[in-house]
Amino acid sequence: MGLATFKGGIHPPDKKTLAANSPITEAKPPKIVVLPLSQHAGAPCKPVVTIGQEVKKGEMIGEPGGFVSAPVHASVSGKVVAISEFPNAMGRMVNSIVIENDLKEEWTALKDAPDYMNLPVEELKEKIKAAGIVGLGGAAFPTAVKLSPPKEKPIDVVIINGAECEPYLTADYRLMIEKPKEIVEGLKILMKVLGVTKGFVGIENNKPDAVAKMSEAAKGEAGITVMALEVKYPQGAEKMLIKAIAGREVPARGLPMDVGAVVQNVGTALAIYEAARYGKPLIERVVTVTGEGIKEPKNLMARVGAKISDLIDECGGLKDDVAKVVAGGPMMGFALSSLDVPVTKGTSGILVLPEEGVVHAEDYGPCIRCGRCIDICAMGLMPSMLSILSEKGLYEEAKAYNLFDCFECGSCAFVCPSKRPIVQLVRLAKSMVKP
Amino acid sequence: MEATKKEHELIVSVSPHVKSEETTSRIMWTVSLSLLPALLSGLYFFGLKALFITALCIISSAVSEQLFMKIVGKKSPVGDGSAFLTGLLLGMNMPASLWSFSPFTAHVPVIASFVAVVITKQLFGGLGFNVFNPALIGRAFALISWPKAMTIWMEPTASFLAMDAKTTATPLGVLKEAGMAELIKVFGDKMNLYQHLLTGNRAGSIGETSAIALLIGGLFLLYKRYITWHIPASFLGTAAIIAWVFGAKGSFFAGDPIIHLLSGGMMLGAFFMATDYVTSPSMRNGQILFGAGCGALTMLIRLKGGFPEGVMFAILIMNCFAPLIDRGFKSKVFGAVKPKAKEAK
Repeated sequence: MGLATFKGGIHPPDKKTLAANSPITEAKPPKIVVLPLSQHAGAPCKPVVTIGQEVKKGEMIGEPGGFVSAPVHASVSGKVVAISEFPNAMGRMVNSIVIENDLKEEWTALKDAPDYMNLPVEELKEKIKAAGIVGLGGAAFPTAVKLSPPKEKPIDVVIINGAECEPYLTADYRLMIEKPKEIVEGLKILMKVLGVTKGFVGIENNKPDAVAKMSEAAKGEAGITVMALEVKYPQGAEKMLIKAIAGREVPARGLPMDVGAVVQNVGTALAIYEAARYGKPLIERVVTVTGEGIKEPKNLMARVGAKISDLIDECGGLKDDVAKVVAGGPMMGFALSSLDVPVTKGTSGILVLPEEGVVHAEDYGPCIRCGRCIDICAMGLMPSMLSILSEKGLYEEAKAYNLFDCFECGSCAFVCPSKRPIVQLVRLAKSMVKP
Repeated sequence: MEATKKEHELIVSVSPHVKSEETTSRIMWTVSLSLLPALLSGLYFFGLKALFITALCIISSAVSEQLFMKIVGKKSPVGDGSAFLTGLLLGMNMPASLWSFSPFTAHVPVIASFVAVVITKQLFGGLGFNVFNPALIGRAFALISWPKAMTIWMEPTASFLAMDAKTTATPLGVLKEAGMAELIKVFGDKMNLYQHLLTGNRAGSIGETSAIALLIGGLFLLYKRYITWHIPASFLGTAAIIAWVFGAKGSFFAGDPIIHLLSGGMMLGAFFMATDYVTSPSMRNGQILFGAGCGALTMLIRLKGGFPEGVMFAILIMNCFAPLIDRGFKSKVFGAVKPKAKEAK
């Protein structure tokens, strides 16, 4: 029998060898950090510091602006020099707090808890919330919200997402190799908080050593199973992962909790452990700096707020034929117009692509209705029709073709022989009609 | 700062940032390549005339597309291989006897190519927007406009250079006019008939006669996943069943499906014409219905219609239904909520 997976999907070249063998190294402390007050899904934070104020590493500088929100902490010690709008990786202007690093690396007082597994559930939840943890896979959804499901949606399974199905990226892989115990502890905390007895770690089978390490770390832990999954994009999409591991289909337009599941990325699990155990807020994360256009691909432990250009410099800089720099992976990441933007909690990678291999957006042809996109759409949509209808401005009709079930994984645009910008057309249609 | 040096040159576009190597033109050229065995077989049996007709169709298709694009002031898409493929298919769907100067019929392929590429494809919006298979409309136009010239069938010649081959009837023509017994008599015995149909040593359009050569090309396309089994299997399967059940006069379940599958344009139609992406449904289950419709209509025309062969009209009629079929067979959305389950809550 084949490995667990979902229906559809594609096999892009995984290109992970570029960075897979470089252990996670601490990035140089940034001289200055720009901390956007909105780097998570949900309401932006409100600043709780003033210009000129001295702050310590790990100090909360932005408080949550609502229930779906997550606090922001200082990632360096130093002085607040500006609170103003700065561009983020998506090119939007976001209210941000700028801190000048005094290079003393002075931590704020953290609450150590060696017996974290015996803490009451509410206290653990509070710690996770206070640490500003969000989904580190890219969507940056506040973790604490996922841990407070409404009563009528009982959760019975927690899945740790180690699929890392985006080509090139190796941040999660390195974490699973280097910190498997901590990830398993994070999973145990999640299981305790949610009152769940079944925990899974799903890993694509192109990372057999990660499967081995995680299995070893989970040995003897009651209720935890490490599962090797078929290598297929988008295996790491929440809905696809739940289907592969638990055999459950999240209802269209629904959430994982509708089928009793909570999914968290491996990086998030580690952050949860560190928050529970050491009280450490989310001020740094692993960022894979990779691609054929970077001189020395690396997995860097980078501070939130550090400039992407600094990380690139730390990896030897760009090669001469660079055409595109992407925040995130090649399938769903954002192309940067400026490298002078900060790493945020959701930045899983910086991908540098050379001219060769970049398909220019304007060189696309008409849909020849070959049906490749329909065959591979993990959501069972008809991307060909969505793109044609959007192109013709028939947005309402596109809605009838389940426009809003698309989560923009990009598989359709990957396989399209006419190189149609299907994701772009889908986004356009989504912006023109109400769901 | 070194890293920001080239910022102004960065390309910004929507994800995904990597794409597969597959391109429309690669598909067109690969399909053209898969037709090579059948074309070579056609050249072997029908000689130089077949080569001239096919070349004339390809050149006329490419030139008329080029001219039309120039007139309307659009970028020429000739490099995408679509006009080449249309011309190739059109040529392979024509009798080699058209290469004749008295009476003069060499203009037929030229006009048919124009109808195929300009009227059927470009006037409908170009590649991707045509309702009908361009090559088949080109052929249908020629058949209706020059019914005599389009049904003069050469005997397979022994000599490549022979320009004055004898004419004869196609196996399906014999079947329609004189019946099964006569058809078998013409070829000696049944095995001999099968053999001629398989190798292509029989009268017919240039590229349709060799079932083996067409199968090689078809299987190549299946192997390369350029086509799927759905249309050819349902097309051939339905035709075979109908041929078996209704094929014999006077009694049911006594027909010979093999003769029907191997003769006429069945193989060429099922693997190369009905599978045209643009004019067939996109959904796999819809394709099964589409193929079955093609098979059923082909046999209806062959057994009950006025024409000995029905593949062309069957596919063209089903082309009309392709958009409708696609509406009826929408894809199943992941996690689609069943209405009943919703009510139960």
